[in-house]
Amino acid sequence: MLLISCPWCGPREESEFSYGGEAHIVRPKDPDALSDLEWADYLFMRNNPSGRYLERWLHAAGCRRWFNAERDTVSYKIKSVYKISDPAPRGDE
Amino acid sequence: MKSPLDSSRSQPYRLATGGRIDRAKPLTFTFNGKRLQGYQGDTVASALLANGVRLVGRSFKYHRPRGIVGSGPEEPNAILQVGRGALTTPNLQATEVELAEGLQAGSVNCWPSVEHDIGAINGLFSRFLPPGFYYKTFMWPSRMWKTYERFIRKAAGLGVSPKEPDPDRYDRMNTHCDVLVVGGGPAGLAAALEAGRAGARVILADERRELGGSLLDGRDEIDGAPALEWVNAASRELASMKEVRLLLRSTVFGYYDHNFLTVLQRLSTDSTSISRPLIKERVWRVRAKQVVLATGAIERPLVFPNNDRPGVMLASAVSAYVNRYAVAPGSRPLVFTNNDSAYRTVLDLAEAGIPVQAVVDVRPEPNGPLPSRVKDMGIPVIGGHVIVDVKGTKRVKGVEIMSVDASGERVEGRRRSIRCDLVAVSGGWNPTVHLHCQSGGGTRYDGEKGCFVPDAPAQEERSAGSSKGSFALGDCLGEGLEVGAEAARAAGFGDGRVSTPVPTVEDRAEEPLKAMWVAPSRRPPVREHKQFVDMQEDVTAGDIVLAAREGYDSMQLLNRYTTLGFGTDQGKLGNVNGMGVLANHLGADIESVGTITFRPPYTSVTFGAIAGREIGGLLDPVRKTAIHRWHIEHRAVMEDVGQWKRPWYYPQPGESMEDAVNRECMAARNAVALLDQSTLGKIDVQGPDAAEFLNRVYTNNWLKLGIGRARYGLMLSEDGMVMDDGVVIRHGEQHFYLTTTTGGAASVFSWLERWLQTEWPELEVYLTSVTERWSTIALVGPHSRKLLQDLDSDINFEKSSFPFMSIHSGSLAGFPVQVMRVSFSGELAFEINIESDLALAMWQALMKAGEEYDITPYGTEAMHVLRAEKGFIIVGQDTDGSMTPVDMGMGWLLSKDKDYLGKRSLSRSDCVRKDRKQLVGLLSTDGTTILPEGTQLVDDPSAGIPVPISGHVTSSYASACLGHPIALALVKAGRARKGSIIYAALRDGRHVKAEIVSPVFYDPQGERQRV
Ligand SMILES: [Zn+2]
Repeated sequence: MLLISCPWCGPREESEFSYGGEAHIVRPKDPDALSDLEWADYLFMRNNPSGRYLERWLHAAGCRRWFNAERDTVSYKIKSVYKISDPAPRGDE
Repeated sequence: MKSPLDSSRSQPYRLATGGRIDRAKPLTFTFNGKRLQGYQGDTVASALLANGVRLVGRSFKYHRPRGIVGSGPEEPNAILQVGRGALTTPNLQATEVELAEGLQAGSVNCWPSVEHDIGAINGLFSRFLPPGFYYKTFMWPSRMWKTYERFIRKAAGLGVSPKEPDPDRYDRMNTHCDVLVVGGGPAGLAAALEAGRAGARVILADERRELGGSLLDGRDEIDGAPALEWVNAASRELASMKEVRLLLRSTVFGYYDHNFLTVLQRLSTDSTSISRPLIKERVWRVRAKQVVLATGAIERPLVFPNNDRPGVMLASAVSAYVNRYAVAPGSRPLVFTNNDSAYRTVLDLAEAGIPVQAVVDVRPEPNGPLPSRVKDMGIPVIGGHVIVDVKGTKRVKGVEIMSVDASGERVEGRRRSIRCDLVAVSGGWNPTVHLHCQSGGGTRYDGEKGCFVPDAPAQEERSAGSSKGSFALGDCLGEGLEVGAEAARAAGFGDGRVSTPVPTVEDRAEEPLKAMWVAPSRRPPVREHKQFVDMQEDVTAGDIVLAAREGYDSMQLLNRYTTLGFGTDQGKLGNVNGMGVLANHLGADIESVGTITFRPPYTSVTFGAIAGREIGGLLDPVRKTAIHRWHIEHRAVMEDVGQWKRPWYYPQPGESMEDAVNRECMAARNAVALLDQSTLGKIDVQGPDAAEFLNRVYTNNWLKLGIGRARYGLMLSEDGMVMDDGVVIRHGEQHFYLTTTTGGAASVFSWLERWLQTEWPELEVYLTSVTERWSTIALVGPHSRKLLQDLDSDINFEKSSFPFMSIHSGSLAGFPVQVMRVSFSGELAFEINIESDLALAMWQALMKAGEEYDITPYGTEAMHVLRAEKGFIIVGQDTDGSMTPVDMGMGWLLSKDKDYLGKRSLSRSDCVRKDRKQLVGLLSTDGTTILPEGTQLVDDPSAGIPVPISGHVTSSYASACLGHPIALALVKAGRARKGSIIYAALRDGRHVKAEIVSPVFYDPQGERQRV
């Protein structure tokens, strides 16, 4: 069970959170202008890297705020958490 | 020579002196119905051995007689059923159960008795139970499994579950610490001391009932005094530290992510007490900054023909029984070893006055200090020999040995017999790396030590002592101190330096072992007598070789194929030998044949402990409406809808469910009826951008909805599928009130929050869940308006001033209310929203005023019938997450002049397919059959397998007002097929003919709700 630091509440058990998938996927401004393929890319296609991953979490049983986390999908270590409005942190590589 | 055994006849194998038992507290217990005696401080295993009980169970597959092998959690054979009735517990290891007065224990896995076991016939026909038997049976031909299973399950069952509820309680504790030390042996004690001295908050957990670990089993000395004096001093010092918590009888059974570990603490060992309930076990959920693994090592058996005979034991277990429990597991022991540590057992036996017949050592010339000492005592040491057979069936009577040739791989010369009643074996030691591996750490093979040792840690964790492969006592103490200081420093305490000198220990040097996974014998393994690798799963060296020949040549495959390591002991004794046998056969390095996967739990955990207090009424919250009490008082049959309790129907005396539902439906259609609809989700939405926000999340347009008006809204997920629906009211320019389905209340709220926070933070909108604050009473039927007009109210209920889909606030019978004119039944209806603390009184006022109209309360079943008659869908029943609004015939709700969530998906090629399933009505042509919900629909009842499926039934009811059954269904291209016939395929093979019709069965023009 992960120990996740909510940017507002501090470290809490994973069971207080719900997962929101990959972060920084922006909803297209004009969906009608997109081809089926482009829309499907927004809708369905997600990265699944072995290693660094930027993902969304909701502190569902706490402050009910969404935030982003930078997590390693191999070691499960969470390197940083940041607010939705913050830019993506730079990777090491 | 004077016998070292106790003169008391009740425990013939009890030594006269010594042991950590309380001879002043004799305990009586029963084993397989026989009354026996032991002492406080015994385990069931030590007490059985003290009584001379050697045969304790039968093996899983072949039902071979088996005896006690170990002294701890590694025990594979002595698996017991303990206690009776509701308190019975299956599959406990005799080595792990503390003896208690009146304890009742019995063997599992044998019938009719352990002495005379019918399943032993499997042993005679063992060639019919080859490795992979279960596997092959599952694979082919699968239809035969049903036949085998009945026979195998009965023969193979491991214990029985209690039939009554468990009267005991199980607790759970969540805690944090700086340093969690696992294991209270020399290394763990030293680590806890150093971490505690540095000021860290320490938890020290040990599975035994007292600290000391391996020191309890031996006769070591520390600082020139018996080691247990050092243990006592360490215990006292730890107990004096305020930030140190000692957990005894506590097994750390799981190591998960981010240094989260679970500990099972056994609080009550009393299985007979009548003062119930008591707290039996507690699971500690520990989040540790740092972890020290001082989990010790488990001795590895040697594999040789008939090595499973009762009386073949681990050398370390023999020492433990002699030293800790003052029990002689035999009177004429023989020791078989490939290393020096077993010579300590020889010395322990000699010290206790038990004459060792001989030491058989695989190594040609064992000459280290320990073997030399044994030789000096006149005990025969036979080097370069192995046991090639064990005599005796229900107990060891002797062994046959042969010498090993120069290659070390074959035996030669003549067989020689030695009489003995106990064979103490040692094949080296396996560090207990289970938790290290569970945490994500790997292992590597240390050729010199002949074992797998932990590799680099994957989490904040350090191993010390035997669990790291450092078996010498001095090393355990030294490493423990170091690691304790380091762990404390890493957690922010102290400078990482050890504060005290390492205690002095006289460690006798040990010569290297000769690693041996299976002893050379007269025949190749597949033809040899049973050389058991995993006793609990009855896997032999021959089975492993056979499996490898069939192509299962890596550990991951081999485990599954042979079930090696699949027993309740999880292969603590057998896994490494199994790897070695496989490596031998393949001519490969042991490291190259794969790895053993260690999964939690380390030892068995009861379901009670896992469930904790979350049982019965505490399993899940129960939600009741404000009117709940009235429903119960009026004999409503209740239904669970998620966590909610809702009235299902209100039977009158003598009425069946069908009668009651029909009566309730007819009342709503012809008179007046009322429904407690308070479970609907309700969300208050306010803010300058509220209308714009709703415009984005609902398919229809909200900007022009007038204040005081209501509108039905549909929400889609971004893939275009129907997600939720409900009525939305506009209270003000910046104020809306949403209703959601009962089941969707929480998820819709989260969905709205998510979009506001992650995608549209520029919108100023405030959401509040008001589901519990407001109760909703639906007043339904042609007399509903008259009834409301009878009540004292400032609201004009006439159609002209209160049209359909509008809302008025005011006072009704003295209560402040908001009344909405919406209908989920197709009848004239008013929904009364009222603060929940007034809801019951409002309900009662309506019931009283409605008497003259024969007002009828109705439940969820009638509600379903009424809505289905009108073709109103239930999201989640008539939809399943793959249905678009167009599929559901709700295209009229889709705005063309704005974007909304899911809109773009509706024009994806898959969503405009012509053969998508569509909502239709179905009428069985016989006019009587109620099509079961979920029934598959086919066009050709005589079609061969696989039958093409055209759709399925989603809702189906008897309709009292129509006089025949109705159903809603999803049918491929169904709307264009009205009037055509389709067949419902029932489970019993019959096909029922049905006509596809409009889903609106009643009042298709919708006139009744607008009157
Ligand atoms: Zn939070």
